[in-house]
Amino acid sequence: MNRARKLACGVVLVVCGLSLAANWLAPAGYARQFREAPNAPPSHQHLLGTDDVGRDRFARVLYGTRISLLLAPAAALISTTLAALVGGLAGYLGGIWLRLARAFTDLFLSLPWLFLLITVRALLPLNVSPLVSVVITFLILGLLGWAASARVLSTSADALRNSDFILQARASGLHGPRLFLIHVLPNLKPVLYAQFWISIPVFILSEANLGILGLGVAEPLPSWGSLLRELEGLISFRDEPWRLVPLLLLIVVMTSFQMLLSETTEGSAA
Amino acid sequence: MLWKITASLARKLAAIFALVVLGGLLSATLVRLAPGFDADERQLDPRLSAESIQALRQAHASEDNILTYYAAYLRGALHGDLGTSQALGQSVQSLLRERWPVTLRVAGLGLLLAWLLASILAFTASLWPRPAYDVFGITLSGAFLCIPAAVLALLSVVLNAPGYLAIALIVFPKIYRYSRNLLAKAYDLPHITAARARGLGEIRILARHVLPVAGPQMIALAGITISIALGASIPVEALCGLPGIGQLAWQAALSRDLPLLVNLTILVTLVTLLANSGADVMIHILRPRDV
Repeated sequence: MNRARKLACGVVLVVCGLSLAANWLAPAGYARQFREAPNAPPSHQHLLGTDDVGRDRFARVLYGTRISLLLAPAAALISTTLAALVGGLAGYLGGIWLRLARAFTDLFLSLPWLFLLITVRALLPLNVSPLVSVVITFLILGLLGWAASARVLSTSADALRNSDFILQARASGLHGPRLFLIHVLPNLKPVLYAQFWISIPVFILSEANLGILGLGVAEPLPSWGSLLRELEGLISFRDEPWRLVPLLLLIVVMTSFQMLLSETTEGSAA
Repeated sequence: MLWKITASLARKLAAIFALVVLGGLLSATLVRLAPGFDADERQLDPRLSAESIQALRQAHASEDNILTYYAAYLRGALHGDLGTSQALGQSVQSLLRERWPVTLRVAGLGLLLAWLLASILAFTASLWPRPAYDVFGITLSGAFLCIPAAVLALLSVVLNAPGYLAIALIVFPKIYRYSRNLLAKAYDLPHITAARARGLGEIRILARHVLPVAGPQMIALAGITISIALGASIPVEALCGLPGIGQLAWQAALSRDLPLLVNLTILVTLVTLLANSGADVMIHILRPRDV
């Protein structure tokens, strides 16, 4: 791991650590309103000022980071598991199953991502409690984001199916789920890890897009999407630069993920 | 050769037909099973008579079975009737007629600008390889890759920039990264080294030896970028106040106007598939023949 990647790893860990310590660092909480000070500039009491309804922006950034950074990997876990089941199994079984799985993933991949997301989000109730909205948002991301990974995994599993060691295992009498679980799945691990890591920034950005469009996490719960929505009321960058902090934090974390990913994907390709 | 192209095109069209029919069935099922599908707020309106409420119930009764609902939808679609928007009370066709030109203009200009910017950066980086210039291109594209599309749309509003610029900045990094990799791989091929050793000029190497190798994949990329630009049109049109298909989809999602939303999604999918098929046919035509 070179110095830049160590730095990126450090940044992600520090941001995760700070968001987990939100209860201690920002005891005011994300929902408490300081009605006497809406839209306040940064001060000792409010490090990043307050929002339109007087909530502490620093607390909201910490809690929002916690939600986005912890739930995006959870969604990535769901999508990678689905991809392993659909793509891995189809590649391992081959023949008609592989062709069917590829046709189905192609159908999924041909649907434009954001159109698909907002369509499925709109199919579910919009006026739900904030907690349910968080679960719905990240569950949708996890359940819809499997197709690209499944395509990659089906190709890898197909290559494995025709490899010499699988042939030998078959010749030794190993077959069915045992062959899949003992020989195929462990050999798909590098690709699975790579797909898992690649999905995280995609889901973070997707949640942010949904949040800004008002189809993500419901108020008063913060997430990077709902925090970035504040930029809508921004008149100029010079007047209130502290409003840009959530965006800067997102860019820093996403850049760190990009640096880490370049190593993960290179490692899996090697 | 013509036979091969026709057969390939026929296969693509069959795939498009199958995908649209299956996608439509999937969408109709989702719409039918969505919570609150059979509830109509108008049934609670005290001004409506018992007969009117009964008529509303009967209208929904025909939609009880998913297959009959889908069959009715397909029958209507074949006759050019895509249904009526629940929220806007207007036929979907008339909404599409009003909104498509805006999206075509914004997404088209955005795509054009994105390709121009990405091509200039990628080709100049290949023709005059300098580490600093490469780092500049990677950093610039990386920065835009890290920013959500909706934030770029919001920033374009704050800076009074046109909507197509936001679409261009959303699509540009993807084109740049992919084409830069393609060109770098093509330049690594042994015949390029041989051409350089024989004293061929850089422009000639690019035009005669690199582009024929990287060209087909760049055409495929062009097909994919249409889908990316149409996806980007949702946040850009919604936040920049441009009355196109993207804004319509966003409004339909917020008001849970599912028939409209499903029609829009199928339509955009169809455009995406046609663009990808067009790219495939072009690749087939331009592919160098085996000697």
